[in-house]
Amino acid sequence: MKVFADQDRCVASGQCVFAAEGVFDQRDEDGIVVVLDDSPPDDRLFDVQDAAAGCPALAITVEG
Amino acid sequence: MLRHVVVVGASAAGLAAVEALRSKGYDGKLTLIGGERRPPYDRPPLSKQVLSGVWEPERVVLRDEPAIDRLDADLRLGQTAVGLDASRRTLRLAETAAGLSTPKLGEAVAGLGTVQPGETAVSLDVPPVDQLGFDALVIATGVRPRRLPGSDLAGVHTVRTLDDALALRTLLRSGPKVVVVGAGFLGSEIAAVARGMSLDVTLVDPHPAPLQRQFGARIADLVGQTHRDHGVRLRMNTGVSRFVSSEGRVTGVELNDRTVLDADVVVVAIGSVPATEWLADSGLAVGNGVECDAMCQAAPGIYAAGDVASWHNPRFDRRMRIEHRLNATEQGTAVAANLLGADRPFAPVPYFWSDQYDVRLQAYGIFPPDAEMTVVRGDLADRRFAAAFVEQDTVVGVLGWNCPPRELRELRQLVADGAPRPTLVGP
Repeated sequence: MKVFADQDRCVASGQCVFAAEGVFDQRDEDGIVVVLDDSPPDDRLFDVQDAAAGCPALAITVEG
Repeated sequence: MLRHVVVVGASAAGLAAVEALRSKGYDGKLTLIGGERRPPYDRPPLSKQVLSGVWEPERVVLRDEPAIDRLDADLRLGQTAVGLDASRRTLRLAETAAGLSTPKLGEAVAGLGTVQPGETAVSLDVPPVDQLGFDALVIATGVRPRRLPGSDLAGVHTVRTLDDALALRTLLRSGPKVVVVGAGFLGSEIAAVARGMSLDVTLVDPHPAPLQRQFGARIADLVGQTHRDHGVRLRMNTGVSRFVSSEGRVTGVELNDRTVLDADVVVVAIGSVPATEWLADSGLAVGNGVECDAMCQAAPGIYAAGDVASWHNPRFDRRMRIEHRLNATEQGTAVAANLLGADRPFAPVPYFWSDQYDVRLQAYGIFPPDAEMTVVRGDLADRRFAAAFVEQDTVVGVLGWNCPPRELRELRQLVADGAPRPTLVGP
C-alpha cells in the first residue's frame, strides 16, 4: 500500500489523524496534512481507506 | 430482495452512497441520477479557489472517468426527478429544465469534461417524463439558493453550481463594484475573494455582524473587524428593499433605509432551501428537508443523505439538517450501510471549515444560539484561539480560529465525549 497526500488540497480538518493516527499528522503551524508513513503495514488498510474517504477535501489517495 | 437501487442526486452525498454500496458488496443494478449535465464535482472550492481563479475548474471533479466506470452504475446526467410515488416505488424523471443551474444568456462559460457551451440549452417543448421503478431509493437532491425578487436581472448572481462560480469569476475579472447580500459563510467567503481581487466590495446583512447567526456576537464582531481590516465595507443591521436596474442590468441595491449602493455585480447569498418540491405528493414527510429517523430512513426502503436530509442525530438528541461537505460523505456512506441492513443510527460530530483571507475557521459539533461561549485556548485579541460552546453544562461545539491542530483535535474530543463544563480548564 502506498499513501499520498496533496498538501495543496488539504483544508486541515484533521479527519485523517482521527482515522489513521501514526500514518497521518498535521503541521503545527497550519494543520496541513503530513504523511508520517507512506507505506503503512497492511493491517492499517481500513484505517487509511477511512482517512481517504473521510477527507472533506479529497486530499488523500491510496494505491495498491 | 434488493435488485435495483436508485440514487437521486449526483453530488457528494449521492456519489458517496453509490461508492459505499459497491464497496460493501451490493452487486445489483444501480442508477445515479444527476440534475446537472456535469459529472459529479466538489462544491467547497467554488466560493474559494475556483472563484479566485487559483484553481482551474477541472480540479473540482470528484472522480475521474475510470473511477466512475468502475462503479458499474447507470449514470444519468441532465435528468431531474419530478415526482415520487413512495408506495409504488416509482420515480418520475424528466430532462433538466433549461435555466436551472445553467449560465445566463451572454454569460456562457467554458465547458468541463464533455459539456460544451450551448449544450445546456434545451427546447421549450414540455420534456417527456420517464418512469423508473426501484427497490430502494436514496434521496440526495441537495439544496438550491434562496433568491430575492429581481434575481433575473443581469449582474445578479447566486453561487451553488460550478457554472454559477465560473460565470461570476468571469464577471469579477472585469473589475466591477460588488455588493454581496448575506454575510453567512458563503457571502463572507465571496466578499473575501472579491477583495483579494482588489475589487470594491460591500457586504450587507440584517444581523449586527457577519456570521452572527452561526457563532454569536463575540465571534461575529471579530469576523466583521477582519473584513473591515481588509477593506470590505460592511452595511449591517439592514435588509435589501430592492435592486435598482437599467435596461435589464442591475446598477444598485436599495437598502431598507432607502440608501442605494452602486453595484455592477450583486451576489445573493442568503441561504438555501432543500430541493424537495418534487416530493410534494410522494407520501413522505417533508419539512425543513426530507424528514428521516436516526437511521436516515424516510420510509421503508427510502433514505435521504446530504444537504436535503433532516434526521434525528442521537448524539445531540435533536433533529438536524447539515449543509456541510463532510456530512455529505458521511451520511451517504451511512445510508448505504443501513440500506444494506446495518441498522446503525447516524450520530456524527459535524465538521466544517471556512477560509476568509488568512483566517481558517474550523468547527466541530453544533452551535445553538443559546449556547454559552467560552474561550478555552489562546485569546480573541491574538486572533488565534479556540472557543467551546456549552449547552446545559455539556460541550456541544468547538470553534477554532487559526487554532493549532493538536489543540483543536483534543478539543474535538470534548464534543465527541459530551464532556461536562469542568474539563474545559486547559493548559
